[in-house]
Amino acid sequence: MAGIPLYAQLINLLAAILLLLAFAMLTQRRVLSLVNLFALQGIALGTSTAIVAYATGQMHLYASAGMTFALKVGLLPWLLHWLIRRLDVKWDVEGLINVPTTMLIGIVLVVFSFNLAAPISQLASTVTRATLGIAMASVMLSFLMMITRRKALPQVIGFLAMENGLFFAATSATYGMPMVVELGVALDVLVGMMIVGVFFFQIREQFDSLDLKHLEKLKESE
Amino acid sequence: MIEILAVLGFPLAGAAVLAALGERRQAPAVNIAFSFLTFAAAVALTVRVIVSGPLLVADRQFFVDSFNVFLVALTAFVGLTTAIFSRTYMRIEQEKGRLTLGRLRLYHSMYQLFNCTMLVALLTNNMGILWVAMEAATLTTVLLVSLYRTPASLEAAWKYFILCGVGIAQALFGTILLYFAAEKLLGGGGGALLWTELDDVKTQLEPTVLSIAFVFLLVGYGTKVGLVPLHNWLPDAHAEGPTPVSAVLSGLLLNVALYAVVRCKVLVEGSLHNSFARDLMLGFGLLSVVTASLLLSRQKDVKRLFAYSSIEHMGIMTFAFGMGGAVANFAALLHMTVHSLTKSAIFFTVGHAAQASGTQIMDDIRGLVTASPMLGWGLALGTLAILGMPPFGVFASEFLILVTAIGERPWAAPFFLVALGLAFAAVFSKVLPMVFGATTGGRLPHPPAMFPVFVHLGLVLLLGLWIPPFLADWYRQAARLIG
Repeated sequence: MAGIPLYAQLINLLAAILLLLAFAMLTQRRVLSLVNLFALQGIALGTSTAIVAYATGQMHLYASAGMTFALKVGLLPWLLHWLIRRLDVKWDVEGLINVPTTMLIGIVLVVFSFNLAAPISQLASTVTRATLGIAMASVMLSFLMMITRRKALPQVIGFLAMENGLFFAATSATYGMPMVVELGVALDVLVGMMIVGVFFFQIREQFDSLDLKHLEKLKESE
Repeated sequence: MIEILAVLGFPLAGAAVLAALGERRQAPAVNIAFSFLTFAAAVALTVRVIVSGPLLVADRQFFVDSFNVFLVALTAFVGLTTAIFSRTYMRIEQEKGRLTLGRLRLYHSMYQLFNCTMLVALLTNNMGILWVAMEAATLTTVLLVSLYRTPASLEAAWKYFILCGVGIAQALFGTILLYFAAEKLLGGGGGALLWTELDDVKTQLEPTVLSIAFVFLLVGYGTKVGLVPLHNWLPDAHAEGPTPVSAVLSGLLLNVALYAVVRCKVLVEGSLHNSFARDLMLGFGLLSVVTASLLLSRQKDVKRLFAYSSIEHMGIMTFAFGMGGAVANFAALLHMTVHSLTKSAIFFTVGHAAQASGTQIMDDIRGLVTASPMLGWGLALGTLAILGMPPFGVFASEFLILVTAIGERPWAAPFFLVALGLAFAAVFSKVLPMVFGATTGGRLPHPPAMFPVFVHLGLVLLLGLWIPPFLADWYRQAARLIG
């Protein structure tokens, strides 16, 4: 590992942690632990962005690292915790996850992502190019998580985790998008979360539960 | 510049004013007033572009050319007519007790905000902001789809939120890849996502990256266009939301999403020098047309029926853009315009018809002509127009697309033709008994808002007979640009 500078090793390490957390989320049944895993992912993401900022001297990356910490480690997990308390779904567990199968599909997705990312990574001039595959893999894993969940909150957390993966792709492949775009994306995520919050209360009011099995009335030809 | 500020500023101000105004009686009128101001600003912008050509202003952040200027005018126009329609429609809904005044406040405010996001998406020159605006358009309409708070509408809104959210996340990934490719040529910072800059260097963009990016962009924005197999949210959201929302979703949002796809396609095609992007769009388009036409005959809910018809028509446009070339692009742009006008007019009549009969189930809506002649004829004419009967504009565009398909993609033409035939049979046989025969409907407490319907249909008729020279010029220029 002598040829690789320390910061690059650190970023690779954080990328690996990110992927690991994505797998952990895939199999985590408890809603509360999912939120914590999501916050951990935010920490890994913010730290790696800060390291990239330090290594490359790009000032605006510091800002986006700060934004990541504020939004994804602070505000969003806090909001989710608040929602869980208010909706009293603390002990909700997801019934139907077949862990081994999900894991196997997850591994296939990772291999697929690495293959897809390989030609792009070779073109990258950034120090962190090797991580593009990981970013794509965590997007795919979050996607898989959303598909396998039947409850509303885990689906939303999967959605947010997907955004984490995308953000990581942006920093690792390109040193971040232009600031105005990043701000816009952050705003959208925040507003989206608020709407989800409002929405949960509406769903609860109607169905007395956040289980999406109640939401399967609209079928074709009915 | 001042025109662009006005076009974006009026709806934004409208959203704030309507939120502050709250539950007063004048809210619908204020909504119309702001929509009218937006439309006036859009007309001013249009005149400006006619006089002085494309605009690139505000540090290159906003860009108006022949491709988006008519869409801006169209969006503002349908925004205005829908506001006029929704005044009557929402009043009836409220008197029926389906909506409270508080919900109407949310509705009016979000309606203006939704218009604002679509106009931002159309006017911005920044591919990143385009994404942000598309996502914001989803977010503003989620709570509108669930406005009635019925179980079905909540489900539809949830589906809409999750599916479009996931879809649009793919588009963000595509945008990141686009930036990744562009940054090498244009340097970091704000410049590398500007469409005009990208367009200048598109031949040098890395083809491998762009082809992967395009797949993500097409899947992402294609979800919002409602392309099969990403269309699942669309019929539900259209059927369960309030009718003015269905009208603007079908008439405007789908167009804006397709606009985003086509902007991306121009860049990708410039880089790839092959027909990859075209073939992909062609395939998705044809699949949408065929699938939607098969599903049309199975529908029982009138709004779902026309939602599937929207999928079919978005498929037709995507298919035409996929074929490319001057004629097909021209036809696709014309089709965007006439479909938007016709489909929103149909939703207006369908909304009132459902109110008069107290149901959206087609078997229970009968004899509209007897109960309310204007409503019945409006629906009949609108349906004939959307099914491509001459002399309406939809006939002209579909005919051009079909002729091009026969010449350039002979294998696709039969599928296309059969799908159009199936759609005709399915929709016509369902709408006919709704319009004629013994009536089941009651009377509406207020006269239906038929003015917007006939204005729209009149315009569609006009476009079928005669296209104004400046519009034809824009279509031609835009068709050349799209390639």
